Amino acid sequence: MGASGRGAGYVATGAILGGFVLSLAAMICWIDAHGVTAGHHSDAADSGHAVLVPPEASETEASKTLETRLVSSAPIVRPVAAADGEHAESHDGGHGAHSQGAHTTTTKVAYFDDWYTLVGLGNLKITIGYYIDALTVVMFCMITLIATCIHFYAMGYMHEELEDVTDHEVTLSNGEHLHRKGRYYRFFQYMSLFCFSMLGIVIAGNIAMTFIFWELVGICSYFLIGFYIERKSASTAANKAFIVNRVGDVGMIIGLMALWGSLGTFSFGGEKNGAGEIVKPGLFEQVRPEEEGYQLQTPEGMEKRAKVMGAEDPAYTGHLLLVVAGLGIFCGCVGKSAQFPLHVWLPDAMEGPTPVSALVHSATMVAAGVFLVGRFYPMFTPEVLLIIAIIGCITLFMAATIAITATDIKRVLAYSTLSQLGYMMFALGVGGWVAGMLHLITHAFFKSLLFMCSGSVIHAVHTNEMPQMGGLRRKMPITAYTMLIGCLAIIGAGVPTIVGLSGYYSKDAILAQALHFGKNNAAWNVMFYVAAGGAAITAFYMFRLWFMTFVGSPREQHRYDHAHESPRVMWMPLAVLAFFAIFIAMPADIENFTNPAASPLVQMLEQGRPDGTGVDFSGQLAAVMMPNEHGSHDEEIHLTAGMIAFGTALSGLLLACCMYWWRLINPAEVRSMFAPIYRFLLNKWWFDELYDKIFIRPTLWFGRCAAGFDRGCIDWLIDHLAVVTRWFTSGFDRWIDQTFVDGLANWIARKTYRVGLWLRKVQTGRLRQYVVFILVGTVAMYLLATFGLTK
Amino acid sequence: MFLEAVDVFEKKDSKRKAMIDFLSQPVGLTHYLIVGAVMFVAGLVCMATKRNALGVLMGIELVLNGANLNFVAFGSGFLIRNPAYQLGLDGQIISLFVIVLAAAEAAIALAIVLNFYNNHSTVDVDRADELKG
Repeated sequence: MGASGRGAGYVATGAILGGFVLSLAAMICWIDAHGVTAGHHSDAADSGHAVLVPPEASETEASKTLETRLVSSAPIVRPVAAADGEHAESHDGGHGAHSQGAHTTTTKVAYFDDWYTLVGLGNLKITIGYYIDALTVVMFCMITLIATCIHFYAMGYMHEELEDVTDHEVTLSNGEHLHRKGRYYRFFQYMSLFCFSMLGIVIAGNIAMTFIFWELVGICSYFLIGFYIERKSASTAANKAFIVNRVGDVGMIIGLMALWGSLGTFSFGGEKNGAGEIVKPGLFEQVRPEEEGYQLQTPEGMEKRAKVMGAEDPAYTGHLLLVVAGLGIFCGCVGKSAQFPLHVWLPDAMEGPTPVSALVHSATMVAAGVFLVGRFYPMFTPEVLLIIAIIGCITLFMAATIAITATDIKRVLAYSTLSQLGYMMFALGVGGWVAGMLHLITHAFFKSLLFMCSGSVIHAVHTNEMPQMGGLRRKMPITAYTMLIGCLAIIGAGVPTIVGLSGYYSKDAILAQALHFGKNNAAWNVMFYVAAGGAAITAFYMFRLWFMTFVGSPREQHRYDHAHESPRVMWMPLAVLAFFAIFIAMPADIENFTNPAASPLVQMLEQGRPDGTGVDFSGQLAAVMMPNEHGSHDEEIHLTAGMIAFGTALSGLLLACCMYWWRLINPAEVRSMFAPIYRFLLNKWWFDELYDKIFIRPTLWFGRCAAGFDRGCIDWLIDHLAVVTRWFTSGFDRWIDQTFVDGLANWIARKTYRVGLWLRKVQTGRLRQYVVFILVGTVAMYLLATFGLTK
Repeated sequence: MFLEAVDVFEKKDSKRKAMIDFLSQPVGLTHYLIVGAVMFVAGLVCMATKRNALGVLMGIELVLNGANLNFVAFGSGFLIRNPAYQLGLDGQIISLFVIVLAAAEAAIALAIVLNFYNNHSTVDVDRADELKG
């Protein structure tokens, strides 16, 4: 292929760069039209009141509206009257920045329509459409920017694929290493499709279209994880990722069926006719009607469906249907975002090339799941949100502990991704929509940075094992210090209450909301401590990674000697991402610099907040109260959470320093001291073994039984049937052949032979006889001419 | 004319008279044709009856010459006055062709007969039936 293959890289990179430029233009247009600040959380400003009342409205009016609503529609969500006075005060104080644009409009700005109808069967319409709000715009910029960096980086990282490649990890049966053609062009082809699919999910105007692109993302990850398909581990990992995702997708399809069966539409915003009027309200409008102040209620369609199903209590069954729909959609997100218990595929996905890992772990694939939870947020009931929070909490803790013992540099990062995804889900689950989305975006930047740094290291030393590295800081300073920035960002480093890296803002927001949630739901308070503990562990394993790789003396001299800084095309994206990892979430307003909510990114996200989610609401089935997110900005809560976060991160960091830098504590001794725990963590909580025992083996056993049945019964039957048929047909066939076909041919031959025999009697060979024949013939012709033809 | 002749034979009285009429006519086409027909028939009978190959060849010559005579007669401007019915020079040329043909044919046939004689020591055509079907 040679250098001509570079064209593929240029085309793909150019395309994604163009995408980024266009996204940036779209963002500028958006800000130009709608401003940066959120325009609609007046509902939040006077929190506690679920009903939207204009701020000027009198107290009595408000309570009256509240009462009528409670009586008339029997809402499933009980608005919780919190301590109004205090809240409002602290709010006004702390949120001058985003109450400026408040009260102007009550509805989130969103543009939606359909472009093209794929399938139209009766009422079922599956369309390709768009739903654009501030979240979409922000996500587009983030995805295209990171993907552009990764594409540039990949042009350097994948250069080996330009020529023929000898894969030293694959040994053929003749003992030689596999020699194959380079797949540079194929790599970029998949990357482009991957980015396209992810952008498709983000822009999707209905949940069915989301599902289509969802599966496209799945297949792209399958291709890319299995890029080195000849390696057994890579093809197994690709299969694992694909199959585990299918498990989640089953749930998603159930959710889709529940939605379609009861609400009759897939559209987020609503189906429009040719004139642009909404002819069918969308999912969000049906679940959170505008006239009810966007409060969650069981939609009529679900109650009707419950009645059709013959439920005794339609309201209750309808609500269950809504829960099922929410859980189903979340199930898909669990698979795609690798949450417990479907997290097993993500660490194995490290088999792909490092740029793929960077893309999968930051901007695409796993982000898709979190994004969908965020997009679908208005549909989740508090019960579902609680489950989301629990799952997220388990994931973040479990993955963080596993990351402590991993020695493969990419695996550490993979488990850290799992852990951070857990944080996002957890944040969304405890009611922190903006916190979750903010963490999604900041995490995308620093995690892609970290992965690309690790790729740079792997590129230099040709191994993934951290115990073989060490001291690389002196050889590759740019990589080392950009990675340090990434590590600091991921642990949420910053000066409390003043300023910090991007992770500082998002992690503080999450912990603050978790604390807020814990204060309102004492039973679930433990989740806050788990999350805070997770932050300490995060700091520990990230700096363990950094110290083991870059600090100290080289552990393997020859690898150290061969190490070198990466080419410019590889470190330039690192620098760009490092810049964003520092500044992306920082407030732009100098006067309001210490207020995290003053950050333009936060304000943009606030603008995209789903209608009606900015208030407290509690569940009908479970005793859970979702506190509104603005409550967490309360000075007391925020300060407490911020201090705890800082303290935990610092303790984790110090522990890592003690063990791997100053060497005050010998890691080997600690390992032997906690040997059972170490083994438990080293084996990843024995999840793979557990799944092997409870799913894979029974499946294989069942498969063997089925195969035995197949061979023993079905094949036997078929075989004998075949024997009988063959016996019958051979006899019948012979009879037909011999009687009719051969018979006819023989008959014709026999007759021809007879005629020949008869005719040869004339041919006597006697000359004189022939003369007589001539004579007779002549006379006959004469007579014929004279008498026969004259008439 | 033929039917008249039959009448002549049936009616004994007019038989002699008609014969005399016929013979007393000047030599015309009919006479030629009669001579030609006699030669043709004689040739045919010769071919059919002779066992000697040379006899058969002679019969062939007779047949050909009988036909030649007809051609010449039809080509004659004296015998057929009406130009619309006469062959003219064509008849004479055809007869010339036939003569040449007969010569060539005789040469080949005599060669065959000679070879046949060499192989079988006879010229009996009845012995030459090896090519029968």
